[in-house]
Amino acid sequence: MNLKVEVDVPKCVASGQCVMLAPEVFDQRDDDGMVILLDDTPPAELHDAVRESATVCPAAAIRLAES
Amino acid sequence: MSASSADTLRRVVIVGASAAGLTAAETLRRSGHTGTITLIGDEPAAPYDRPPLSKEILNGAWGPDRLPLRTEADLDALGLDTRYGRTAASLDRVARTVLLSDGTEVPYDGLIVATGVRPRRLPGAPAHTLRTLDDALALKGRLGPGRSLAVVGAGFLGAEAAAVAADLGTRVTLLEPASVPLAHAIGEDIGRVLAQAHLDHGVALRTGTGVTEVVSGGVRLDDGSVAEADTVLVAIGSRPNTEWLTGSGLTLDDGLVCDEFCAAAPGVYGAGDVARWHNPLFGTSMRVEHRTNAAEQGMAAARNLLGARQPFAPVPYFWSDQYDMKIRAYGYLRGHDEVRVVEGSLTDRKFLAVYRTGERLSGVLAIGMPPKSIRPWQRSIAAGAPWGGALSALAPSAEATA
Repeated sequence: MNLKVEVDVPKCVASGQCVMLAPEVFDQRDDDGMVILLDDTPPAELHDAVRESATVCPAAAIRLAES
Repeated sequence: MSASSADTLRRVVIVGASAAGLTAAETLRRSGHTGTITLIGDEPAAPYDRPPLSKEILNGAWGPDRLPLRTEADLDALGLDTRYGRTAASLDRVARTVLLSDGTEVPYDGLIVATGVRPRRLPGAPAHTLRTLDDALALKGRLGPGRSLAVVGAGFLGAEAAAVAADLGTRVTLLEPASVPLAHAIGEDIGRVLAQAHLDHGVALRTGTGVTEVVSGGVRLDDGSVAEADTVLVAIGSRPNTEWLTGSGLTLDDGLVCDEFCAAAPGVYGAGDVARWHNPLFGTSMRVEHRTNAAEQGMAAARNLLGARQPFAPVPYFWSDQYDMKIRAYGYLRGHDEVRVVEGSLTDRKFLAVYRTGERLSGVLAIGMPPKSIRPWQRSIAAGAPWGGALSALAPSAEATA
């Protein structure tokens, strides 16, 4: 299964939940903490952490497409 | 999940269709629950996000189309039995049914209570509150040059609304009974920083001023005088929506009382603003009205309903946007004994402050600081770090001045 990740940066509230859950996939900008997507097609072993990031993101700023 | 719970848990009912309820539904499906999930919500719309209501929706930066928490396709994929526009009227735990306001009974094997809170109101004439999208749009239509607004309550919601209204050119009076806004939550010194920001933006902040009622053309103050305003927003906190649980045998005490697993009773779990649970990380019972907690607790409640038996021990997180300030805080700041600024300065409104409760590090609050300077503190709070140890490891110079 492929998992494609998209982030909606203007929605991001810089909570850092995603960075704590999946640091291989998400980071934050230094100045304002907005999300940086490091890997938009993460490997399978990271899928659970990425899904959890999307679920708990307090801004619903992470969108996933599975194919 | 244990086989036994999966076998007996065919029908899950989630009462409350906002962030906590939605997250619970999503987590149930992801964890392999194939039975029915009924999602009951009192608003007509599919789950939407509330924090932008007092920010981007109120200032007009976003339209309501930006608010849905999930796309229609994502919701469809969850296969939910949705009952929007209906409230839960009562709970029968013997028959295991939820009675809805439209008279229908919904049977359950597992129940998640995520009914949230509603705004407290003042007696007298009608006034605006700010909880729903309709509330935000109604208030937005009353803001702008030539208009005046009285905001009752300088908590986070009142402060955000006052900031947006002032930025839009509204003449704003902000009324607060305490001598320093938010002092009980974030400390007096930082409360004064936020108070000064209101004054700098032309808001008439009146502290030490209670409001007794809403009157035609304003609000009556506790000295009997009237503060005039075309529009009144009452932002004096909220009450948990637990009336429908009265008589159910569940414990209600400023929220639905839950244990460290978010369980209120066997097969009944609480999540989000309505749930008062025992957070083992801080060793205290808490009810947290923050967006991040709604999602995290919705997830925890769903997992535990399925048999995970994991204590819910989060570090709460909240943020608030006021004027050009982005305020971010991790931890449980309420009841703190000491606040110390370890980076930056209060007068620049660019600083990082940490909180001590007893002998431990209990919180961190930052304005205008990079996330990488906040995260080590967040980790230390999550680890239950002692105050002295955390300071010497993360802010040796601040410790030296102690």
